[in-house]
Amino acid sequence: MVGLRLQNKAPRGMRRMANVLANIFGSSPVQPLEKHVNIVYQCAKQLHGFFSAAIGDDWETASKFRDEIEKLEHNADDLKKEIRLHLPKSLFMPVPREDLLQLLLVQDKIANRTKDVSGLVLGRKLQIPQQIAEQFLDFVDRNIDAAKQARKSVRELGELFTAGFRGAEVKLVTGLIEELDRIETDTDEKQAALRAALFEIEKSLDPIDAVFTYQVIERTGEIADMAERVGRRLELLLSH
Amino acid sequence: MEAQYIYIGLAAAFGLFMAWGIGANDVANAMATSVGSKALTIKQAILVAAVFEFAGAVLAGGEVTSTIRKGIVDTELLTGTPELLIYGMLAALLAAGTWLLIASRNGWPVSTTHSIVGAIVGFAAVGIGVDAVQWGEVGKIVISWIVSPLTAGFIAYLIYMSVQRLILSHDDPLAQAKRYVPVYMFFAAFTITLVTILKGLKHVGLDISVQKSYFLAIVVAVGVSLIGAFAINRIKPDPKAEKRLHFYTVERVFGVLMIITACGMAFAHGSNDVANAIGPLAAVIGIATSGSIAATSSLPVWVLVIGGGGIVIGLATYGRRVIATVGKKITQLTPSRGFAAELAAATTIVIASGTGIPISTTHVLVGAVLGVGLARGIEAIDLRVVARILVSWVVTIPAGACLAIVFYFLFRTVLPFITG
Repeated sequence: MVGLRLQNKAPRGMRRMANVLANIFGSSPVQPLEKHVNIVYQCAKQLHGFFSAAIGDDWETASKFRDEIEKLEHNADDLKKEIRLHLPKSLFMPVPREDLLQLLLVQDKIANRTKDVSGLVLGRKLQIPQQIAEQFLDFVDRNIDAAKQARKSVRELGELFTAGFRGAEVKLVTGLIEELDRIETDTDEKQAALRAALFEIEKSLDPIDAVFTYQVIERTGEIADMAERVGRRLELLLSH
Repeated sequence: MEAQYIYIGLAAAFGLFMAWGIGANDVANAMATSVGSKALTIKQAILVAAVFEFAGAVLAGGEVTSTIRKGIVDTELLTGTPELLIYGMLAALLAAGTWLLIASRNGWPVSTTHSIVGAIVGFAAVGIGVDAVQWGEVGKIVISWIVSPLTAGFIAYLIYMSVQRLILSHDDPLAQAKRYVPVYMFFAAFTITLVTILKGLKHVGLDISVQKSYFLAIVVAVGVSLIGAFAINRIKPDPKAEKRLHFYTVERVFGVLMIITACGMAFAHGSNDVANAIGPLAAVIGIATSGSIAATSSLPVWVLVIGGGGIVIGLATYGRRVIATVGKKITQLTPSRGFAAELAAATTIVIASGTGIPISTTHVLVGAVLGVGLARGIEAIDLRVVARILVSWVVTIPAGACLAIVFYFLFRTVLPFITG
């Protein structure tokens, strides 16, 4: 009798107890970090469409792109907060928690800079001078390339954990980061060339517009800078 | 004469319930990794678990059962009053079952083994006398509870380190995996077969010499790794999936290995945990049928069959849902990691079973997972949960003991009236 009564009551609670094994796994930060860098890249990618529209003086389309950028930046922010929440100090991880949080932070800055620069342009309906428009778009694309390469590098995190941060996988990621550095250097050169070209024509421009155009170039270049810092953070993880 | 049937009936009911609980619950820990990593479907996992839990219980469950049955209580003291041992064993079964129920309702990670050992020690020490407990034996068991998770952790650490060095960090991990995974298969099959033959087959009436045992174990292990190698060679790389995850195909190779370690884990679990249910049952049957303590009659195989059967019923009625739930939660344990944990745990448990030491399979598995984590293999382990496991470890023994004492005095007062 007693045995039977116990049996009837058993199922509900037992489900929880069986999770002893399941519960010792904290929520892994790897998938969310990879997801975050993807959102951030998608966000930066919108700049191409945004600037194309802005240069074509199509502000309606530009503001649509700007909406998309804001939405993605917001999503990245939410995910950032969520990842932080699920990364308590009690987690035992192969790499320091702080390093992962720092990586997350610089990833997030790519989206922040994207939002800043698009806001700057849209707010003033700033016209990029036609003489340097093509060169400018090329510069923007190269910055997006940097963000894309950052995404590619971060997407190796899962494999890095599996391989215990050693061997061929480390070499592969090191190669990806080197390529990221090359792209960033490339954006630096393009940025210098762009500034020089702008300098050539600045007398013909509205002075305030000229000042802001310099600023837009500067801010856009920071996207590649942040992407490069993602690479630096990853490198730190590799050295553990 | 009627009394003995009541005793045996009660003991069988309690024992079957314990076995059911073990099957419903603990088996998930052994099988969930394989399901979670899609190495096995749920149906296949149930089948594997049923076959190997049963085989483990019947073939290799004898030594631990005998420890639970007569290794903890010094039966010499009870020659004059054998019924006291019957009351005690019934009380221990009921106490362990009740405690497991309370704990599981509250989500505490307790161990079946700790509950039953605590309960037996409790009723013996308080109900009969402190001298009635074979403290030396109990001390050995308690030490093994500390040593076994550490051992499993250490083995898992070594295994996963070797996997990283030989396969995962290599330029061509797939080729390396195809070369080395059959070797791991060999070790898995060899250890489990050897312990079974050396320690288990006596109980089913087979006696094989040590030399022949080794030979037989090697033959079985070679066979297993050949079949495994054949299955592995049929796996073709999937370039599309690899682009996103380089280790995709490599993990599939480990998936094949994981089927074997899952079998080993189910077998090991059956061999150690079945004793928690049927050890006390065997004691009751021994006394009730012969009427005396002194009976040195060996363990009847049908008792092991009851235990194994109970586990399978638990698995079929409730275990499948638990396996599915847990499987979804432990995706971090990919085949390359999961196999290392399982192989280490299964080896440790099977050796303990062969030596007759009742250990907690879940704790051993947790130790093994931590070992993989120490090899930098696991992304995040929640140390709070590990701490909670340690606390429940300490609480379970006195809790099981107290309940057993209450039930013991209850049975001693009530049962004589019922049985006349």
